[in-house]
Amino acid sequence: MQLTNRSKQVSNKEMTLAERAYLPAIATGLAITIKHFFAKKVTIQYPEVKRYLGPVFRGRHILKRDADGRERCTACGLCAVACPAEAISMVAAERVKGEENLYREEKYAAVYEVNMLRCIFCGLCEEACPKQAVYLRHDEFVPVFTERDQVIWGKDLLVEDMNNRYTREAWTKEEARALDVKRASGEITNVVPRAIP
Amino acid sequence: MDLVEFLVKTVTIVAVFGLTLVIAMYSTWAERKVAGFIQDRSGPNRAGWGGLLQPLADAGKMFFKEDFIPALANKWLFIAGPSLAMLTALLASAVIPFGSTFRIAGHEVPLQGVESNIGILYVFGVVALGVYGIMVGGWASNNKFSLLGAIRAASQNISYEVAMGLSLIAILMMSSSLSLGEIVAQQHGMNWNIFYQPLGFIIFITCSFAECNRVPFDLPECETELVGGYHTEYGSMKLGFYLFAEYINMFISSAIISVLYFGGYNYPGMDFVYAQLVKALGSETGHNIATLIGTAVFFGKALFFVFFYMWVRWTIPRFRYDQLMNLGWKKLIPLAIFNIIITGAAVLFLKPVITAWLN
Repeated sequence: MQLTNRSKQVSNKEMTLAERAYLPAIATGLAITIKHFFAKKVTIQYPEVKRYLGPVFRGRHILKRDADGRERCTACGLCAVACPAEAISMVAAERVKGEENLYREEKYAAVYEVNMLRCIFCGLCEEACPKQAVYLRHDEFVPVFTERDQVIWGKDLLVEDMNNRYTREAWTKEEARALDVKRASGEITNVVPRAIP
Repeated sequence: MDLVEFLVKTVTIVAVFGLTLVIAMYSTWAERKVAGFIQDRSGPNRAGWGGLLQPLADAGKMFFKEDFIPALANKWLFIAGPSLAMLTALLASAVIPFGSTFRIAGHEVPLQGVESNIGILYVFGVVALGVYGIMVGGWASNNKFSLLGAIRAASQNISYEVAMGLSLIAILMMSSSLSLGEIVAQQHGMNWNIFYQPLGFIIFITCSFAECNRVPFDLPECETELVGGYHTEYGSMKLGFYLFAEYINMFISSAIISVLYFGGYNYPGMDFVYAQLVKALGSETGHNIATLIGTAVFFGKALFFVFFYMWVRWTIPRFRYDQLMNLGWKKLIPLAIFNIIITGAAVLFLKPVITAWLN
C-alpha cells in the first residue's frame, strides 16, 4: 500500500565519494535554508492582526437574548451542574409583573457569574443549556486581566447587547468555506474580531 | 614613543574595541533574526524598530538576574572563567587591519590597533588562550557536566588548531610574511588568496567553526548530552560574558577569514576609485574617503562571514564526538598537509613557469 509519493527506498549501499565528502550535502542544505530565509513569513503579528479562528472556536461566554430582546436564561442551573471546573454560579429570581419585556421565562438569573480563571472553555454549559441562553463566542477571547476583580464576569459583561448581536454565521465546514469566499471577495460579514469593552 | 603617537594608538584601540563590542552585541540580535527568517518566522520585532533594542533588553535582563556562585565552586576561578573568555576574545581584535591608512595633517595613521610583524601568530596565540576561559570556568564549577564540556572544548580546540595552523602555512608560504597588514597588501588587485587556496580556505573555515564552538561543532555546550556544557552553573552576566565572547570570537574569525582569503579592505576597481577621489578631493580628504570605503568593504566581507556562521548554524545538525575527532585528525590534517605540498610545488615550479609565460 502506498500512502504518499514521497516514500523512499532505504538502502545500505556504500556512499559515493561526493556523499562522503559531505560538502555537497552541506551546500544543498544551505540552499534550502537560504530559500526559506527569503520566503514569506508565516507569522501573524498577533495583537495587531487577528486571525479568524473558525465557527466552532470557544471564546468568551455570552448570555443570549431572544428576538424581542428578552433574556433567555431561566436560571435552571444546568450549566453550573454541567461545568467540570465549577466556574458558573447564579442566583435565581422570580419575574414580577411588568418585567415581561425583560425576561422570557417566569424565572430568571438575577446574578450570573462566570469565573474566567476557573473556566476551561470546554463548552459543556452550551450543551447543557435547554434554553439556548449561554454560548461561547467564536469571535472574541476573554481579554488579559491584570486585577483580581476583573476575573469574575457578571451579567454586565455577559448579557448580549441588542445593538451588537452575536450571530454565528457558519456552522459546518462547507458554510465556513463559503463564508471565507465571501470574506475574500470583500463582502462584509458579521464576524469581525473586535476588542472587548 | 611620543605622546601623540600614544594618543593615536589609544584612540584606535578603543575604537576597535568599541566596534568589536557593538558588532558582537548586534550579532546576538542578528542571530535571532536569521534563525527566525530561516525558520519562516520574523524573529524579535517588539523591542524597538525591527527588534533593534533587543540586545539592550537582553543585557538588562542578564544584569538583573541573581549573580549566583555554587557553594562548592572555586570562587575565584569561577569568576576568572568568563573574564578570561571575554579578555582573550577581545585581545585578538587588536592586530586586524580594518583599512589602509588615515592621513591626518601629514601623518599616516594605520587603521589597525597594533601593526605587528607577527600578527597572525599573535592571533593564534590569543585564540589558543581562549580555551582557558572555558576550561577554567568548567573546572571551577565543580560539576561533572561542566567539566565534561570543558574537556570537550579543550580537546576540540587543540585538535582543530593543528589543522588550522597547517592550512595557514600554505598562505604563509605564498605571502612569506606573518604580518596581517602585509598579507592584505599583497592581495591588492583581485589577487585574493581564495583563488589560490580554495582547499586551504575550506579547511580554515571548518576549523574556525570548531574554534568558535559553533554549530556543527558546538559539542562543549551540547544540551542534549551535557545540560549546558561548561556554562551549566553560570547565570547572570557571567553567562552573558560567555555567550558574548562567542559572538566576539565569531566576528574576529570572520575578520581573519576576510583578511587572509578575501583581500581584507581590497575590492575590485580600488585603484580607479582612489585615483578619482584623490583627483576630486585632494590627497588628504580623498585618501581618507578611499580608506573609509575600503573599511566598509572589509566590514561587509566580515559581516557576510558572520552571517555565514549563522546560516550554517541553522542548517547543519551537530556532529557526534567521534565524528568530530575523526574529521579533525583523519581528514582535515592530512588534507592540510596535502595542501601544503601542493602549494610548495606550485610556488617552486609552477610560479616561475607562469611568470615566464606572462612576461
